[in-house]
Amino acid sequence: MNFGFAAAELMFGLSIIDKLQDIYGLQVVINNLPNFAKGAWLTLEITVFSIVIGMILGVIAGLGRMSNIKLVSFISVIYIDFFRGTPLFVQILLLYFGIIPLLFDATAIQSAIIACGLNSGAYVAEIVRAGIQAVDKGQMEAARSLGMTHTQAMIHIVFPQAFKIVIPPLINEFIMLLKDTSLVSAISVPELTHTGKMLYASTYQAVWVWSAVCVFYFVMTKALSILGDWAERRLATE
Amino acid sequence: MKRFLSLLLVAMLALGMLAAAGCGGNEKEPAGQEPAVTKLVVGSETAYAPFEMVDEKTGDYIGFDMDIIKAIGEAMDVEIEIRSMEFTALIPALQNGQIDCAISAMSITEDRAQVVDFTDSYFDAGLIIAVAEGTEGIETVEDLKGKVLAAQIGTIGADACVAIKAEDSATVVKTYDHVGEAFMELQKGGADAVVNDLPVTAYYIQTEATDKVKMVGEVFQADDHYGMPVQKGDTATLNLLNEGLAKIRAEGTYDEIYAKWFE
Repeated sequence: MNFGFAAAELMFGLSIIDKLQDIYGLQVVINNLPNFAKGAWLTLEITVFSIVIGMILGVIAGLGRMSNIKLVSFISVIYIDFFRGTPLFVQILLLYFGIIPLLFDATAIQSAIIACGLNSGAYVAEIVRAGIQAVDKGQMEAARSLGMTHTQAMIHIVFPQAFKIVIPPLINEFIMLLKDTSLVSAISVPELTHTGKMLYASTYQAVWVWSAVCVFYFVMTKALSILGDWAERRLATE
Repeated sequence: MKRFLSLLLVAMLALGMLAAAGCGGNEKEPAGQEPAVTKLVVGSETAYAPFEMVDEKTGDYIGFDMDIIKAIGEAMDVEIEIRSMEFTALIPALQNGQIDCAISAMSITEDRAQVVDFTDSYFDAGLIIAVAEGTEGIETVEDLKGKVLAAQIGTIGADACVAIKAEDSATVVKTYDHVGEAFMELQKGGADAVVNDLPVTAYYIQTEATDKVKMVGEVFQADDHYGMPVQKGDTATLNLLNEGLAKIRAEGTYDEIYAKWFE
């Protein structure tokens, strides 16, 4: 017995090792790799579209919350509070089965993107606000004293500095969003988790199927965090 | 580096011991002396009326299956603890020993019988097609080809949908964790038909959607019998359940429960 195997045994306990040695489960995973890949691709698509919606809504609501116009900041606060204060899972069900059918026709995938985008927007809004507020007040004052208007100072001085600050929390939010898209399996969107559910329901290979699903998610989130590291390095000033 | 390695080793040892401690509870009793069963932990997907559901007023689990397992418990003098879980989790939970048996309107199929043992059948069901009121052109299983079908993940209804899709790839199969979501999809127009067990569909239409959903065509896969699964080789639980089932049938309790829910 080699050391690696003994260490793995120590780490996971014998029973899981026994199950992983069950070749049938491995075959199930290998035979279904194309299905997993298809599910992972859909997960990625939902995530990307949700990020786009979330970024647009987030910037609007984040700035809106800091607005001097009472009505604008009020609406922004309500939006942020609702989508941050209720579970995404419930939002997905409420939007798909309840609200969206009343308004327009949407497929399950479209509803999933709308729900995830709306939810993500609330978090992005707070990240945007935190980023802008983290820029030293003196920066704005200095810009204004040089004759810039408030808007000019925001665009040329505050935003570029805030952008750098918000990258780590934004990447964090995108990773959370990617993982949270697993919840849309409840409305029969055939993404990665739904693919796993279907396979698990017909083969009962819990350890193998869910381990494979984990690997796929991990590869995607790791790619996102590498992207984030790269962006941080590109924007580093010191 | 050395320090890191030794830390890693300690962490691994700790995890290993935790895992070993966790496995201890699952050790099989020595052969030859089967202990008397005094309590059964029973898994059930408690969202499948009228077989298993939650009483809105009391929060208790009620339904045909619940009455049957409670009657068996009384007849055999064992305590029954119901554990609510997803339908797809029932068989893995049995395999892991997290539950002793399940009663969840589960059809006895060849695939399932390969991984668990089933008691004698206690109910005969069969599949039926349900469509939205006003739908035309769906009468038989043939008509389902190329349509959008909704069903619950892991059920024989879902298997039937997948089989139809295998014959005509234009068919779309949407699967949900609970059958209620499949019916919602049907009602909001996202699916053309729901394929599910006849008694459950009939009960749903009767209680929730009298004018909105209707059953069409004949019962198919009529050779469909519900059984209670136990872990493969767990003859103690299997015999107890079969004995209890025979007893409540002989005493007439079964007929009373049947009449309560289906007449």
